[in-house]
Amino acid sequence: MPEFLVLALLAGLGVSLVTGPLGAFVVWRRMAYFGDTLAHGALLGMALSMWFTVAPTLAVALVCIALALLITALQQRRLLSTDTTLGILAHSALALGLVAITLIPGARADMEGLLFGDILAVTPAEVLTIWVTACLVATLLWKLWRPLLAITVHLDLAQVEGVAVARMTLALKLMLALVVAVAMKVVGVLLITALLIIPAAAARGLARNPESMVVMASAIGATAVAAGLGAAWLWNMPAGPAIVLSATLIFVLSLVFVPARLES
Amino acid sequence: MTPQPQPLLTLRGIEKRYRNKTVLRHIDLTLARGQILTLIGPNGAGKTTLVKIVLGLLAPDAGTVSRAAGLRIGYMPQKLALDPTLPLSAGRFLQLAEPDIRLCRAALEETGILHLIDHPVQGLSGGETQRMLLARALLRKPDLLVLDEPVQGVDVTGQEALYLLINRIRQRLNCAILMVSHDLHLVMAATDEVICLNGHICCHGSPEHVSNDPAFVELFGSRTALYTHHHDHHHDLDATVVEQPTDRVERADA
Repeated sequence: MPEFLVLALLAGLGVSLVTGPLGAFVVWRRMAYFGDTLAHGALLGMALSMWFTVAPTLAVALVCIALALLITALQQRRLLSTDTTLGILAHSALALGLVAITLIPGARADMEGLLFGDILAVTPAEVLTIWVTACLVATLLWKLWRPLLAITVHLDLAQVEGVAVARMTLALKLMLALVVAVAMKVVGVLLITALLIIPAAAARGLARNPESMVVMASAIGATAVAAGLGAAWLWNMPAGPAIVLSATLIFVLSLVFVPARLES
Repeated sequence: MTPQPQPLLTLRGIEKRYRNKTVLRHIDLTLARGQILTLIGPNGAGKTTLVKIVLGLLAPDAGTVSRAAGLRIGYMPQKLALDPTLPLSAGRFLQLAEPDIRLCRAALEETGILHLIDHPVQGLSGGETQRMLLARALLRKPDLLVLDEPVQGVDVTGQEALYLLINRIRQRLNCAILMVSHDLHLVMAATDEVICLNGHICCHGSPEHVSNDPAFVELFGSRTALYTHHHDHHHDLDATVVEQPTDRVERADA
C-alpha cells in the first residue's frame, strides 16, 4: 500500500474514533444543525489560518469554539428560534469563509479540498494532530460519560441530581468543535455532519445500550473510511464523498437487515 | 398555613419575572416532613416556575428560599422526551443517578416495575414511565419529593394506584411531598394541603376548603362537575384518605 494511503487510513481511523461517540450525542440531542454550523465555520477558520499563518487545526478549532459560544449566547437571549439562529450563523460563516479565502492570494486553488476534504494529501504531522486531538477528546468522553449521558436524557433532572449542567454542555460543544476541526481534513467542510450522524444512525438499529451504540458508530465510521479510501484508490473517486457514501451504504444495509426497531 | 415544628422548606415573598411579565408574586409556603402539598392552577399559572425555584433550577427575582441543611430532593419531572435513537433501558435510566444496580432494582421493585428493568424506556406506557421516574427520584433517599404532574398520561385506575403508591412512599420515607396538578379533583384524595396558584396564591388550605373557596370556584368552577364520577370508586382506599373527596363530591352534586 502506498504511503499516502496508509497516512490517509490512519487519519480517517483517528477521526472515526471520536466521530462515533460525538455523532451519537449529536443524534441523541438533535444537534445535527449545530454540528453543521460549526462545520461551516471551519472554512472561516481555514481562511484565518492562511491569513495569519497559524496551524489550520488550531485556527479552525478556535473559530468553531467561538461560534459554539456565540450560538449558546444567542440561544439564551431567545430572540429567534434555535433553527433560525443556526441558519443565520451557518451560512454567514460559510459565506464569510468563502469571501475571506478568495481575498487571500494563492489560497483559492484548494477550494475543493476545503469543501470536500483532502485526506489523500494528509501529512504525518497532520495525522499526529488528529490522533492527539482524538485521544484527548476520547479521554474526556470517558471521564465525563455518565454526566454527559444524564444531561442528554433529562437536563433538569440531571441538574437536581447535582450534575454541573452548564459545564457539561460546554464541554460537549468544545469537544464537537475540536472534532470538526480534525474531521474537516478527512471529508471537508460540507460533509463533516454526515460523518457524525450517519454512522451513529446506522449503529442505532444494532445497539442495545448507549455504550454499544457509540462503539458501533466508531466501528462503522472506521469501516466507511476504509471502504471509501478503497473506492478512491480503485475507481479514482474523490475520497471524502466516497467515505460518506460508504457510511450511507452501511446505514441503508442496517435498515434492511436489522429487525423492526422499538420506537415510541 | 399550619405552623410546623421543623420546616424542610420555606419560601417567603417569592417573585419571578420573565422579561416584563410577572409570573409569580408574593409566594409564601412552608413544607414539613410527612406533609403532602399540592400546587394546582390553570396552564400558565406559574406552577412549573415555582417548582423550578423550589428545586433551585431558577433563582427568584425577589424573596427567599430556605432549605433545611442537607435537604435531599427527589424530583420527578413532568415528562421525559427521549430521542428514539437513544437505546436506554429502564435500569440504565436509573443508573444515571445511581450506578449501584442493586439499589436501582430495589427502587424499581418499590414502584412495581422491576420486571421492566431491561425494557427500552421509549417502549414504556404512560403509567410505567411515571413509575420509572418515581423510582429514580427515590434513589436519592429524598427528604422532599417534588412530583410534577405525577399522573400525567395515566388512565383513571392507574392514577389511583399511583397516588396510593405515593402515599405509601411518604409513609415509609416520612418525606414531604410537593406535587403539581392541573386539577384539584384528581388529587383530592392524595393531598393534605392545596395551594391554588394563578400568578399569586389565590387560596390555600385543605382540599375541602380550597374547593369551596370563591377564588377557586372562579378559576375552576365550570370544570367541577366533570370529575365527580372519578370519586365513585374510592371505597377501596384507606378510610382517612377517602372521606374528604367523598364528602366533597356529594356536596358538589347537591
